[in-house]
Amino acid sequence: MISEHALDRLHGLLGRPDLSGTRYELISLLGRGGMAVVYLARDAILDREVALKVLDWTADDWSAARLAQEARILASLEHPGIVPVHDFGQLADGRTFYAMKRVRGERLDRWAAGRDLHERLSAFLRVCDAVAFAHAHGVVHRDLKPANVMVGEFGEVLVLDWGIARIRGQAEAGGVVAGTPDYMAPEQARGDRSVDERADVFALGTLLGGLGDRRKALLAITSKATSAAAADRYASVSDLGADVSRFMAGLAVDALHEGIADRVLRGIRRHRVAIALVLTYLLMRLLLLTVFHI
Amino acid sequence: MAPGFPVTRHSVVQSLGSREPNVRRAAFDALATAYWKPVFKYLRLKWSAPPEAAADLTQGFFLKAYEKSYFAGFDPAKAKFRTYLRTCLDRFVGNARQESRRLKRGGDVEFVPFDFAAAELELQRQHVGNAAREFDAFFHREWLRSLFAVAIDRLRTACEAAGRTARFAIFERYDLADDDSTRPTYSELARELAMSVTDVTNELAAARRDFRRVVLTVLREQCATDEEFEQEARELGTIP
Repeated sequence: MISEHALDRLHGLLGRPDLSGTRYELISLLGRGGMAVVYLARDAILDREVALKVLDWTADDWSAARLAQEARILASLEHPGIVPVHDFGQLADGRTFYAMKRVRGERLDRWAAGRDLHERLSAFLRVCDAVAFAHAHGVVHRDLKPANVMVGEFGEVLVLDWGIARIRGQAEAGGVVAGTPDYMAPEQARGDRSVDERADVFALGTLLGGLGDRRKALLAITSKATSAAAADRYASVSDLGADVSRFMAGLAVDALHEGIADRVLRGIRRHRVAIALVLTYLLMRLLLLTVFHI
Repeated sequence: MAPGFPVTRHSVVQSLGSREPNVRRAAFDALATAYWKPVFKYLRLKWSAPPEAAADLTQGFFLKAYEKSYFAGFDPAKAKFRTYLRTCLDRFVGNARQESRRLKRGGDVEFVPFDFAAAELELQRQHVGNAAREFDAFFHREWLRSLFAVAIDRLRTACEAAGRTARFAIFERYDLADDDSTRPTYSELARELAMSVTDVTNELAAARRDFRRVVLTVLREQCATDEEFEQEARELGTIP
């Protein structure tokens, strides 16, 4: 018969990770994903908190390989917008894990509530920077969504959860659908092997739709980024970011062919301070001329 | 379905409704193997049945469930299979007591052997005390013990077949030790098995991975649907 102690011990093998023999002490559960669980832990040697991503007990060999790949991808992407990995290995209970920076802050959509448009778009541009950096290193995220973007207490932006990221040129079985439906490009939802950087452009476009407002140029950028056909989207995340930057500077955006009225309105909006000053001056002159005849 | 779950499954619960008598019978045997002990102990505690009566009721329950296709009415959308089985059991015992007559044994059907004497001995050793008053938790824990026992048997067989007897021996000595005082250290195991401490920890890690995999397989067999399996697996991974 399995004794009470042994029963608890065996049950423990399915739940909490066994951190014996490591430098980490478990503090609490932070979150649970499809193949892994993230815990808050303390690094006893450096006396700091870290996040430990540990393979879920139900995970198979494929998931273990994915977690290892995720750790390698993160280690290869040294960028202030991408969460850094500190450690990778296997626990005494046989589970694969990696340790990463403990991110403090709020997920993007919650952080954005109540912020002005400029702040929101600035954060969006920092997400674009991180994703463009990954693309430059041949990595496509494939699961960009508000829950995977954290904004720290000093406004720093971190892109998380690279669990289903794809490395350019790496063979992958067709028909595998992974991602979050609302943010998934059509070709990704179909499980096409041709998924590339433009799938991230699509997800970022959806993200922008949630951060922007109803201004024509912003809607045009969102619409172009989320075009059903990958060829109709921005060719790169950098192009998308550049168009958002142009919008923020009050310049014409690539996504919108402006009519004369649009151009005039944009000009007025862009130079509204100067126009206001000139109009005030002219009004004063008119007043002096008509009342005091000088 | 979550990506972490294995794709190949064979559900014993689904096979209970098979038209193939051999398949149905094999499924019933597998089910009886997993559940007879929790059922027996539950009857002893919740229904305060004396050992012999509990043994009769256990056999009677599985016999009637087989003959009358009790489990054919199971609807996975409404409950877990384990909950349904316990509801059937309670109803069966209630009826049996109302009839106030001894259950007929046997017929031509014989299940896997039920060692009631051993189960009774286990129960006496368990010091269930007040915990036994929480029958849900008690039945769950006994089911878990039975699930792990089946998984350990399969793991032992698989290790022997693969020539990895040392791996199972390390797992058995370290993780199945009755209590922490009888548990050997890694160094003691290394000396005993003439291997390095690193090899011991590597083999133990591998055995634990194998154990989790076998538990998942057995669990899948005992669930009717993917949803039930995923829910059970998640709950098993949440340690109170």
